[in-house]
Amino acid sequence: MSFQLNSASGVPAYLQLVQQIKQALRMGVLKVGDKLPTVKEVVAEVAINPNTVMKAYWELEHEGLVEGRQGVGTFVSRRPDGPPPGTQARLARSLEKWVLTARQEGLDEESIEALLRSILRSSWIEGVA
Amino acid sequence: MASGSGSTTAITTKGLGKRYGSLWALQDCTISVPRGRVTALVGPNGAGKTTLLRMLVGLSRPSTGELAVLGRAPRQDPEFLSSVGYLAQDVPLYPRLSAEDHLRLGAHLNEGWDADGARSRLAALHVPTDRPVATLSGGQRAQVGLGLALAKRPRLLLLDEPVAALDPLARREFLTTLTEAVADGDLSVMLSSHLLHDLERVCDHVLLLSSSRAQICEDIDDLLASHRMLLGRRRDLTDIERSLTVIKATQTERQTRLLVRCDGPVLDPSWEITEVGLEDIILGYMGQGDVPLGGHLNALEEVR
Repeated sequence: MSFQLNSASGVPAYLQLVQQIKQALRMGVLKVGDKLPTVKEVVAEVAINPNTVMKAYWELEHEGLVEGRQGVGTFVSRRPDGPPPGTQARLARSLEKWVLTARQEGLDEESIEALLRSILRSSWIEGVA
Repeated sequence: MASGSGSTTAITTKGLGKRYGSLWALQDCTISVPRGRVTALVGPNGAGKTTLLRMLVGLSRPSTGELAVLGRAPRQDPEFLSSVGYLAQDVPLYPRLSAEDHLRLGAHLNEGWDADGARSRLAALHVPTDRPVATLSGGQRAQVGLGLALAKRPRLLLLDEPVAALDPLARREFLTTLTEAVADGDLSVMLSSHLLHDLERVCDHVLLLSSSRAQICEDIDDLLASHRMLLGRRRDLTDIERSLTVIKATQTERQTRLLVRCDGPVLDPSWEITEVGLEDIILGYMGQGDVPLGGHLNALEEVR
């Protein structure tokens, strides 16, 4: 499990860690029973504030996804709600194919993101109506 | 145990000011930094960052106001100084002495000196400890300086522009050593720097000085949660200023772009609302340098 932080996003660093761990759980990269890296290991790897890592782990514990065991470490206790990893992987593959087609048609990353955002927005409005 | 060791704040100041002749280097600074935080001290050159750090470590006396560091007034006595580490801007070391000489010297001058911890940290980074420090690279000298500051086992570490002169790799190694030390235990840090991207990773609290005054002093997560960028057609700002604090307004012929501080969601659908990164928030506050102490700080005082 390795982390990446985007500082321009305006999303607090601890939430970025929470989101990345949840995504790893959805994708099956992390499984129930797996041990998360210790705070010190994360700090040593990516040079971030230890309180940020602790805050992320507390948040995950609060949501019931991980469990801290005194003196042993933090372990995954359940997956987030949603379809199983297989579904995620299948959807990821079809999206990859779509992105490839979009690139071949000449869309750059920015227009792909803009298109995805607008579709998400309009399908949300339809879903509400 | 030193008195005040139970203090929950690392640094508290009230109306703190420092005057050189007729010039105020720092004015009316009222802040509170909780313990265990890594605080980014930011602001333009001449904003009073070094002045503040020197007062916190007791090297300079305030002209006005009060300050407490780990619950005590900074003094040049051994008990206070053993709890506070300070690394000045130019990493003052004895050029002809080696890191090992410095470590032995430190053992004579400090109680509870952790020379072994410092040696193993320097060894892990392949910093030669037997050569005069003048022959080391800038990054290695910075690591020696940090190693010596940490060998004191301080509870507050004050660093003045520690990474300014370092290349990206040396900077990362320096910050890794620092964050690992924070992970190890009861250590608060305040470091000044212009490199906002580094600071955002390493720090969880920010103190912005601008025009000799404190503009912001709060947790970075709270700062990110309470600031938004609003973009919309050009309009008069009188209405919006009733419900939000406008930090910075940019008006073009057709568009208005606002950096605002808000306690709840912005409900007006005519704005496009986006989250803002730390750098943009800080630059926004720096731009309003003439404004006295941030309105929210005043509000905080009233609540107390």
